[in-house]
Amino acid sequence: MAIEIDQVVKELLSVDGDKTVEKACEGIRDLLRNKLNRRGLVVAISGGIDSSVSATLAVKAVGPKRVFGLLLPEQDSSSNSLIRGKMLAEHLGIEYLVHDIAPTLEPIGCYKWRDEAIKNTVPEYGDGWKNKITITGGTEGQVNHFNLVVEDPNGKQFSKRLALKDYLQIVAATNYKQRIRKTIEYFHADRLNYAVVGTPNRMEYDQGFFVKNGDGSADLKPIAHLYKTQVYQLARDMGLPDEICSAIPTTDTYSLSQGQDEFYYALPYKEMDVALWCLNQGKPASFLAETLGVTEEKAGFIYKDIESKRKTTAMLHWQAITLEKVDGPISSHNVWG
Amino acid sequence: MSTEVKLRSYILESYLFSDDQSLLDNADSFMEKGILDSTGIMEVIFYLEDEFGIQVEDEEMVPENLDSINNILAFLDSKK
Repeated sequence: MAIEIDQVVKELLSVDGDKTVEKACEGIRDLLRNKLNRRGLVVAISGGIDSSVSATLAVKAVGPKRVFGLLLPEQDSSSNSLIRGKMLAEHLGIEYLVHDIAPTLEPIGCYKWRDEAIKNTVPEYGDGWKNKITITGGTEGQVNHFNLVVEDPNGKQFSKRLALKDYLQIVAATNYKQRIRKTIEYFHADRLNYAVVGTPNRMEYDQGFFVKNGDGSADLKPIAHLYKTQVYQLARDMGLPDEICSAIPTTDTYSLSQGQDEFYYALPYKEMDVALWCLNQGKPASFLAETLGVTEEKAGFIYKDIESKRKTTAMLHWQAITLEKVDGPISSHNVWG
Repeated sequence: MSTEVKLRSYILESYLFSDDQSLLDNADSFMEKGILDSTGIMEVIFYLEDEFGIQVEDEEMVPENLDSINNILAFLDSKK
């Protein structure tokens, strides 16, 4: 039976926009005042919905003069991302800087390591070709595995399963992008005595869709408790430009346009939000099946896939673990045993 | 070396960092026991392809074929 996903999202996930914004802003101010002791906020703005809403909350919390925006494109970034990022920064009236990170990524070997792994899979890959990675398996009850999709200069696309070592090398190489960006964010945060805002939504935070010591690193994460559809709702409620509110979420990391669902979640974000909400509310697979209009077996696979990703990525959330308790201002959850 | 011994050694050495045979029962679920996560299962798939010269098809990448020593032994048998 076909379901109207927007209606389902509205019924299950819509929030009181004003109250949610007010609470987030109070939380940001409270953290800056009582925990972080910094004078403002650095936000890297990708042009996507999450960083746009995070930056807007930052401005609402502390005012535009205490928020510094960074736009950090590289050679695989979409030009639309930069356009939307600038549009947001100007809409918010904040100071911002555009810093192209490609000249930093090149000598460190980001593109070379990536292309070497791609050529192991597709030897003819070279200049003028584009690439992306897609995920498959998890929602069909299989082990998640990854395909490389390439497009030759004539626009012909084809796909091939990636060997694990090549998949890991491509991801490791592209992770340089998030890690270099974070280095730049902290440079500016240190220079200004500001805190760094991390911009994951709840789905990304829960499912570990971030790079450790890359976009996963931050001093505060003001929308990590909000489902992605709620982030979209807040964007509209706070009056962000239409181009941002209607932007389709992509990774903006690979040269071929790549939806986050293709790369990581294996479900479109609205369905993924509903599935995660149902699991968090303790709803049985039969409830999810009925809600999404899928079989109970498939709903069970979706739940298993969510739980499997939680398990696989748990260590991305952890700080380094000490073997014995170290007395001092260090929280005990980082001690083994 | 039998397939079973080879497989057990691979799992024990690569994931449990031990040669203590008592740490791994042939019926143990790798995922449930926390021995392997999904990346670990992918590693096992590529180990099986390299070591035993088989091709694991997409539809064969299911826990029933890969999630314990017994499951893998049965799967390898079925590929003969």
